[in-house]
Amino acid sequence: MYNEKVMEHFQNPRNVGEMVDPGGVGEVGNMRCGDIMKIFIKVEDNIIQDIKFLTFGCGAAIASSSALTEMVKGKTLDEALLITNKDVAEELGGLPAPKLHCSNLAADALHKAIEDFRAKQ
Amino acid sequence: MKRIYMDHGATTPMREEVLEAMLPFLGEKYGNPSSLHFFGRESLKALDVAREKTASCLGCAPEEILFTSGGTEANNLAIIGVAKGSPPGKNHIITSAVEHHAVLDTVKFLGKSGYDITILPVDEYGMVSPQQVEDAITEQTILVSIMTANNEVGTIMPFEEIGGVCREKGVYFHTDAVQAIGHIHFNLQSQPIDFLSLSAHKFYGPKGVGVLYQRRKTKLEQICYGGGQERKLRPGTENMPGIVGLGKAIELAVANMPANREKLLRLRDQLIPGLLRIGDVRLNGHPEKRLPGNINVSVLFVEGESLLLHLDLKGIALSSGSACTAGSLDPSHVLLAMGLDHQTAQGSLRFTLGRDNTPEDIDYTLEAVRETAHNLRAMSPIYRK
Ligand SMILES: Cc1ncc(COP(=O)(O)O)c(C=O)c1O
Ligand SMILES: [Zn+2]
Repeated sequence: MYNEKVMEHFQNPRNVGEMVDPGGVGEVGNMRCGDIMKIFIKVEDNIIQDIKFLTFGCGAAIASSSALTEMVKGKTLDEALLITNKDVAEELGGLPAPKLHCSNLAADALHKAIEDFRAKQ
Repeated sequence: MKRIYMDHGATTPMREEVLEAMLPFLGEKYGNPSSLHFFGRESLKALDVAREKTASCLGCAPEEILFTSGGTEANNLAIIGVAKGSPPGKNHIITSAVEHHAVLDTVKFLGKSGYDITILPVDEYGMVSPQQVEDAITEQTILVSIMTANNEVGTIMPFEEIGGVCREKGVYFHTDAVQAIGHIHFNLQSQPIDFLSLSAHKFYGPKGVGVLYQRRKTKLEQICYGGGQERKLRPGTENMPGIVGLGKAIELAVANMPANREKLLRLRDQLIPGLLRIGDVRLNGHPEKRLPGNINVSVLFVEGESLLLHLDLKGIALSSGSACTAGSLDPSHVLLAMGLDHQTAQGSLRFTLGRDNTPEDIDYTLEAVRETAHNLRAMSPIYRK
């Protein structure tokens, strides 16, 4: 069902865990299907220096969290805000159609984390 | 890699004896049982034997057995066939919220086609009570369809008591026994059951073949049109290899029932406490009144599909009621009907054990579930300990 790239991220997710003293935190949940994603960012000079995630969800949800963290590390906040859920799915080489909603959380959670960071400045 | 199959509720591996019985009908014995000549007579003989075997395993008459393409068709034929044959004014059908979709969606279809339908709620174990059925029956009720045992959580319904209520009220009772064959003993001539569905691939027989038992003198209308096969109620040239395989499979399943049951219970009594010891694991379904090989648990704080994927990578085949595995937005309708919240339903894992599983399989599986649950909880935003 999932391609190799998705399975690779699922089996070896990058940047998993809770961050101590994060600059911003974003959490989104899909109330119906139940997937929940939490993103922590550390920002210096407007650049995402570090990012971590926690995810409750299926293979697609975990793989897209992992892929997103790799995509935005080292990016400026403005660059990171341009990343969409679709970009994440594309980065993974595509997801099965019924799974797209599961990956729809990753970019949303990141955007919330950035908002949270900016609100605290 | 070690491979352990614990998804016998989805389907079972066919037994060698069944395959052997079927092979001639995929080869030299190709006659159409409706033909008059030797080839036809040879097939007709085998068809009769399969029907007799099935009837004797169920404790009914051969004329009461209708071969179908499986459990789904048997359920459709029973429900739509009874509805179509019902006298004017009788237009009410009762079922439960935890039925397989082959029953639930058929009843809902009739609901959209002008019939009155009642979908009974269940208790926390997935059980319907005879009292609920009695209270729901009206002057207009024609049929009650309640499954023998649930495919997801294994809960065994009080089907005989429910059938008794129906008998008393003069209402037909249908039961989907697809998961029950080989685990629950039937003697239909003395049980208050008018229609019963079964499917060969759930008891080590072939896929694509099943039975609808129809009690004598009940009124059932055909829902498919064509030739005169199966008393015109299921027209179409018979699936001979499948039917012969079903006959052999049900014979073996019923003969092996006591030994198989004992074996499954021993494995289950090893698996359930082991799972509960992992911590934050709840058993879904009735603690005692459940199929011997069914174990359904929710591993709290993690999602079922990711559990399944990791366990599959370790060679263990299971299923889950998670929305993400069904490709739908909602988790299992059965678990939700039992009152589980979405998150708990999301973390459900179903183990359905079978005759080839061993105590070593259980040990290996317990270790794998423990490790997987630990790893996934470490990345779960709702599990912080
Ligand atoms: C309770 C129940 N009813 C009906 C069916 C459908 O049977 P079949 O696959 O033979 O159509 C199944 C199988 O998944 C089942 O578990
Ligand atoms: Zn999902």
